Amino acid sequence: MSDEAKTGLNRREFFSFLAVGWITFGAATAGLLSLIFRFTYPNVVFEPAMDFLAGVPDDYPEGVDERWKNGFGVWIYKKDGRLVAMSNICTHLGCIPTWLPAESKFKCPCHGSGYYPNGINFEGPAPRPLERFKIYRNPDGKIIVDKTKVFRYEKGEWNAAEAFIEV
Amino acid sequence: MIKLAINFLSAPLYSFTAFCILFVLAMKRMDIVGTKKFGMGLLIFTLVIFGWMVSDPVFFSVISLPDNIPIIILNALVFWSTWFSLYKGHQNDLRIAAGEPPIEGTPENREKVWAWPNLVYTELFCIIACTIFLIVWAIFFKAPLEEPANPTWAPNPAKAPWYFLGLQEMLVYFDPWMAGVVLPVLIIVGLIAIPFIDINPKGNGYYTFAERKYAIAGFTFGWLALWIFLIQIGTFLRGPNWTFYGPFEFWDSHKVVAENNVNLSEFFWIKGLNVALPKNIFVREIMGIILTGVYLVAVPFYVTKRWGQDMLSRMGGIRYYLLVFLVLGMMSLPIKMYLRWFFFLKYIVAMPEFELNL
Repeated sequence: MSDEAKTGLNRREFFSFLAVGWITFGAATAGLLSLIFRFTYPNVVFEPAMDFLAGVPDDYPEGVDERWKNGFGVWIYKKDGRLVAMSNICTHLGCIPTWLPAESKFKCPCHGSGYYPNGINFEGPAPRPLERFKIYRNPDGKIIVDKTKVFRYEKGEWNAAEAFIEV
Repeated sequence: MIKLAINFLSAPLYSFTAFCILFVLAMKRMDIVGTKKFGMGLLIFTLVIFGWMVSDPVFFSVISLPDNIPIIILNALVFWSTWFSLYKGHQNDLRIAAGEPPIEGTPENREKVWAWPNLVYTELFCIIACTIFLIVWAIFFKAPLEEPANPTWAPNPAKAPWYFLGLQEMLVYFDPWMAGVVLPVLIIVGLIAIPFIDINPKGNGYYTFAERKYAIAGFTFGWLALWIFLIQIGTFLRGPNWTFYGPFEFWDSHKVVAENNVNLSEFFWIKGLNVALPKNIFVREIMGIILTGVYLVAVPFYVTKRWGQDMLSRMGGIRYYLLVFLVLGMMSLPIKMYLRWFFFLKYIVAMPEFELNL
């Protein structure tokens, strides 16, 4: 009688084995899924900061300035006493236009959208002008460009208080 | 001199128009196109022209880019499979006209065989052949890898994978929502819906052209002219800044093309009525909205009244109007292309405030 009890599992033991098995399986699966989930996030992010110090207005020549384009994705444009920070993302499908000094225009390499130096779209499929970023002076008089706030021309925001600075 | 002429004529306006005319002629004269003589003639002609074009260093430098080699293969395969199916269809049409069954319906072809080994062996050899081909290709042509991605810089020209270049060329004429989301979804849904829409039993299980003229012509037009042809343009004829370059034209990134595009609302209010654009965007875009409504509602009703009664009663309402809607969606691409080429029209309805542009 005792031999028989040892060879087989009774009902209670079966369920405790079952529970242990399922919990182990569930934990292993959850662990694996959490690894996969973690894998979707990069270890190092090369994203530049959303706002940056951009010197003083006298640093910039009249017209388009490319010095922050590679680091922060911003063109500084100075014209008629106004200094603005332009996004370098095409409003058509988000490629990065090229500044062509000889033709005095921005031209997108993906679908050929063209913009005037002030960011107004004039050729190709781009539906609206390049966006502008918030730009202001800190107490020291240095320029700060804040990419978290966007000003859109078609919404009439380019004359808003922080869309440009007077120089 | 000839090269200059080819450069000029390969501009999308002329080459697309010529392609469409040739396509219609080919569909009309199946008695010529569907013969072996025509297939051989066209093949030899194409090879001679291609050989002559390859001897040009500029053209050779474009087609020998590792990205562009699949397109050459694609051209050969599309050419072959299109002509071969038309040829088979024409053979059957001749037989059916003479009162015989189609080749697939002859007694010796109706005999049934086992999938193993007849089919499985063929598949096995195809798998081996494809693997060998891919390995040889991978050995001889290095993958065109570039430097690590940089969010503030894009290569010029920035080209999609070769199978998406038709889509990228479509995007030149459309808003990203239309050409990037709506039209691709329509293409996929339309292809899925074909078995539902097409209830005509003619052509089931055998090649034919004469019995399914309009179905074949319509589908092949969308496939060849609006997909394959646009891939050709996007691959071989679009250079830096997505500017058009003829096949023998050096990709000079400073080529200047004037293409000041204008919205329909600006045509209507500023050029037509000589007043400023209205503030209210719905008033501003009223012309475009009306035209779009006419295209999507009035045109189908008129066409149905005039020519479609027979088809409507045969197919039933849902099938018929689904088909009409898909055809309208397909034709919106060439319509938009011609409007851009002739009038520099950017958008018919332009509401960037809502990210909605048609």
